[in-house]
Amino acid sequence: MDVNSLKNLSQDPQKEERVKRQFIVVGLGNEHYGIDIRYIDNIVRMQRITRVPKMPNYLIGIINLRGEVLPVISLRLKMGLPADEYEKNTRIIILKTEFEGSLGVIVDEVKEVVTLESTQVDKVDDLKIEGKNFVTSVGKRDNGDLISILDLNTITLEENVVRE
Amino acid sequence: MDVSQYLDIFLDETKEHLQNLSDQIMRLENDSEDMDTINEIFRAAHSLKGMAGTMGYKRMQTLTHDMENVFSEVRSGKVKVQPEMIDVLFNCLDALDEYTQNIQNSADEGTNDNEALIARLNDLLKSGTADSVEDKKEEPKESTAEKSAPEKKKRSTKSDKKGSKAEEKSESAEAKWYDIHLDDSQIHVIEEAKKQGMHCYGINVVVQDTCLLKAARAFLVFKSVEEKGEIIVSNPSAQDVEDERFEKDFTLLVVSKESLEDVMKAAQNVSEIAAVTGEEIEIEKTKDYKPKETAPANTPAKPVAPATPQQQQTAKNTEKKNAGKPVVNRTVRVDIEKLDVLMNLVSELIIAKNSLVSATGQVQSGSGNGVTEHIEYLERVTTSLHESVMKVRMVPIESVVNKFPRMIRDLSKKLDKKMELYMSGEETELDRTVVDEIGDPLMHLLRNSADHGLESAEVRAQRGKNPVGSIFLDAYQDGNNVVIEVRDDGNGIDTEAVKNKAIERGVITSEQAALMTDKEIISLLFLPSFSTAKQVTDVSGRGVGLDVVKSKIESLSGEVEVKSQLGVGSTWTIRLPLTLAIIQTLMVAVGGEKYAISLGSIQSLESIPQEDVRFVQNKEVINLRGNVVPLIRMEKVLDVESKRKPGEELTAVIVKKGDKMAGLVIDELLGQLEIVIKPLGKYIKQCKFISGATILGDGEVALILDANALI
Repeated sequence: MDVNSLKNLSQDPQKEERVKRQFIVVGLGNEHYGIDIRYIDNIVRMQRITRVPKMPNYLIGIINLRGEVLPVISLRLKMGLPADEYEKNTRIIILKTEFEGSLGVIVDEVKEVVTLESTQVDKVDDLKIEGKNFVTSVGKRDNGDLISILDLNTITLEENVVRE
Repeated sequence: MDVSQYLDIFLDETKEHLQNLSDQIMRLENDSEDMDTINEIFRAAHSLKGMAGTMGYKRMQTLTHDMENVFSEVRSGKVKVQPEMIDVLFNCLDALDEYTQNIQNSADEGTNDNEALIARLNDLLKSGTADSVEDKKEEPKESTAEKSAPEKKKRSTKSDKKGSKAEEKSESAEAKWYDIHLDDSQIHVIEEAKKQGMHCYGINVVVQDTCLLKAARAFLVFKSVEEKGEIIVSNPSAQDVEDERFEKDFTLLVVSKESLEDVMKAAQNVSEIAAVTGEEIEIEKTKDYKPKETAPANTPAKPVAPATPQQQQTAKNTEKKNAGKPVVNRTVRVDIEKLDVLMNLVSELIIAKNSLVSATGQVQSGSGNGVTEHIEYLERVTTSLHESVMKVRMVPIESVVNKFPRMIRDLSKKLDKKMELYMSGEETELDRTVVDEIGDPLMHLLRNSADHGLESAEVRAQRGKNPVGSIFLDAYQDGNNVVIEVRDDGNGIDTEAVKNKAIERGVITSEQAALMTDKEIISLLFLPSFSTAKQVTDVSGRGVGLDVVKSKIESLSGEVEVKSQLGVGSTWTIRLPLTLAIIQTLMVAVGGEKYAISLGSIQSLESIPQEDVRFVQNKEVINLRGNVVPLIRMEKVLDVESKRKPGEELTAVIVKKGDKMAGLVIDELLGQLEIVIKPLGKYIKQCKFISGATILGDGEVALILDANALI
C-alpha cells in the first residue's frame, strides 16, 4: 500500500467499504469490452504464433513468453466475429486462470484502464453470443459509456474440450 | 528438543535396516551356519530396536526385541535355523514394514500389536533352547546397564589387568569431571547444595560406537538424569550435545539428593549407552586441580573413553561390520524442487545457446569468427552442465529391484514351484522419476514369469529341464536408453492358447485369428482384461497385469517388447529413455512449419523417387531393403499444404517403434538440434501425436512430433 492510498483511507473511510475494481478496456471490432485487471498477467505485442494441428479454429496456436509455452486463443473467433487482421495495435493479453495455467487472448487493441465501483457494475443475463454468456455484467462509466465486462470463465474454462 | 525432527532419518535408516535384514535372512536360508550373516542380522535388528525405542514406537520395539532374542540364541548356537523360523522372520519383517509405512503416513506406528507373531517367535525360542538360563546374554544393552553400574570397582580392576596403558586411559577419563570449567556462580551453587546435604556427582557417559542418533540418546540421558537431580554443567555444552557436536562421550556435573548409583542408573537405562562412570566430586579438588589437570588431560587430543570390555566388544563389532559390508552408498538428499529449478536454468542456458547459434548465421557474412569461438565454449559448458545436472537426478535401479529376491522367494513358496532369481546390472542408473515408477511394472512381469512362465518341477523334469526354474532380471544402458530385461526359461507363450482365449473373449474372430502372426497374437496379451492363466490365483491371472505394464512404461516414454518361444521361455524387454527433459531431435519442415522428431525413434533418412512408391491396400508403401514400410504423408496429418513440387523425390524419415516401421514424408530436413521439452499446458489436450513444444534459437516455438503415436 502506498502513501496515497493510505491518505485516501484516512480522508474518506467510506471509500474503503465500496469495492473498487479496475478493468482494462479492449477493442474488438466496434465493441469495447472490459477485462478485470486481476486476471491479467501481462500484455504483449503480437508475435509469431505457432499453429497446433487438429485444434478448434479459435485456438490459434502457441507462443513463447519468456521461455514458457502458452496457448493463444482468438477472442474474435471465439465470439463468432470475423477472423483477426493483425495490425500494429493488435495485442495479446496474457491471462492467468485458476485451473488452466496462463493463456493468451488476441484483441484488436488495448484502450485504457478504468476504475469502477461495485455500484457501477450490474449483472446482466441473456446476453448470449454464440450460445454462451461471454458477458455477465455491464459497467456504467461516469461519462455514461457502457462497458461489457467479459466473463473469463466462459472464455477460458468452458471450451477447453478439443476435438480429436 | 523433539524427536520428530529425526523422523526422516529414522524412516530412511529403518528402511535400510529392513532391506538389509531381508537380504541377510535370505542368505541365512541358504546357508544357515554362516556366522557373519547371523551377526549382521543381529546387529541390524538391534539397531532397529534401539531406533524404534528412541522414537517411542513401543510396538515396533517389542517386536524387534523378540526378533533380536531369536537371533541372539541363534548366534550363541542354542537354536538352529529352521525353515519355519525363516518364514516367521519374514512375517516379522512384513509387520515391521507395515509399522514403517504407518509411521511414514501418519507419524504413528498404528495399533497392530502383532501378538501372534510375537508368540510364534517365543515358541521358536522355547522349542529351540534346551535351557534359557543365560538370559542376560540376550540383550547386551541391559547387561551393560546392570553390570557396569554396581561393578564400577570391578571394572577398574579389570582394566588394571589390561596393563598400564588401559589404566592411564581410564584414569584420564575418570578425571574428566574435574576438567570441566566452572564459573563462580556454578561453584557457588555446588557449595550451597552441599551445605544443604545434597551430593555433587561427576558423571561420564559413553555412547556406543554403533549408536545412530547420538544426540537423541544424549537428550534422553539428560532427561532421565534431570529427573534425579539438577545438571549444573555439561561438557560439551548442552547445545553442542544437542547438535551432535561430541565424539562419543560427554560429562555431566549433577547436584542431587539421590545416591550416585541411582543417578547413574538413570543414565544407563537409556539404550545404546556403552558405559557410565561417576563419583562424588569434592569441590575443592576441582578448584585446586583445575590449572594443572586441564592442560595434560586435554592434550591427549580427544576425550578417551574407558576401555571397558563392552567397548572393546563394540569396537570389534564395528571392525567386522566394516569388513563384511560393502561400502555404504553415500547419498545426498536433494529436494526435487531445487533440482527442477536447476534444470530450468539449464534449459534457459540452452535456449540462450541456440539463439547465439542462430545469430551467427546472420553475422557469418561479416566477421563471425570470434562469435563462433564463444559459441563453441558455451556449447561445451552447457553440455557438461546438462550432464552433471542429469547425473544428480540419476539413481541406481537397485533401490527398486532389491526387494525382488524376497518376492520371488515368497512366490516360490506360494506357487510351490522351485525358482531362482538372477539379477545383473542393479547399478544401472535412471532418472529418479523413472526409477520411482518402474517398480510396479517390473513386479508384474516377474510375477508373470513365475506364475505363467515357469512350469511345475514335474513338468520341467519331464522336459529335461533343471527342476529349479530360472528368472533373470538384467539391466543395462544402451545408448540413450536403459534396457531392462525379464527373462525366464519356462514354458514360453502358448500362442494357440492366447488365440483361443481371444476368440472366446470376442476380442478377435476366428477368421482374424487365422491370419494373425504369432507376434500379433502375443501383442493381444497387452490388451486390457486379458489373462490366459487357467485359474485365477492371487499371484496373477486377474488380467490387469500386462496392460498396466504397457501403459505405465509408455507413460514414461518407454516401450515393452516380448520375445517368446514355446517350451523354451520368454523375454520381456523394457526400453526406457535415460532422461525426459532434454532430447536430441531432428528438425524437419512440413508446409513451412518446423517440427522436431526425437532422434531416439529415427531409424534412417531416405530419399524416395516417386516411382518407388507402391500401393498396398490403397496405402502408400515403399520397399526399404526388403521391408515393406508404410508411408505417412505428414502434410495430411498436420493439415497443411506441402511445399513440395510435384514429381520431386520424397524425403522420408523412417521411424521405428518396436518392430514396426513407418516413413514420415516431410518437405525438408533442417538438421539436428538439442531441445528442451516444454509442456503445451493444460489448455491444449488430446493431440495425440504432439508430445510437447520447444523454443528455438530465434524465439519461435516448434512442436515435437511423437513418432510412436503416428505408427
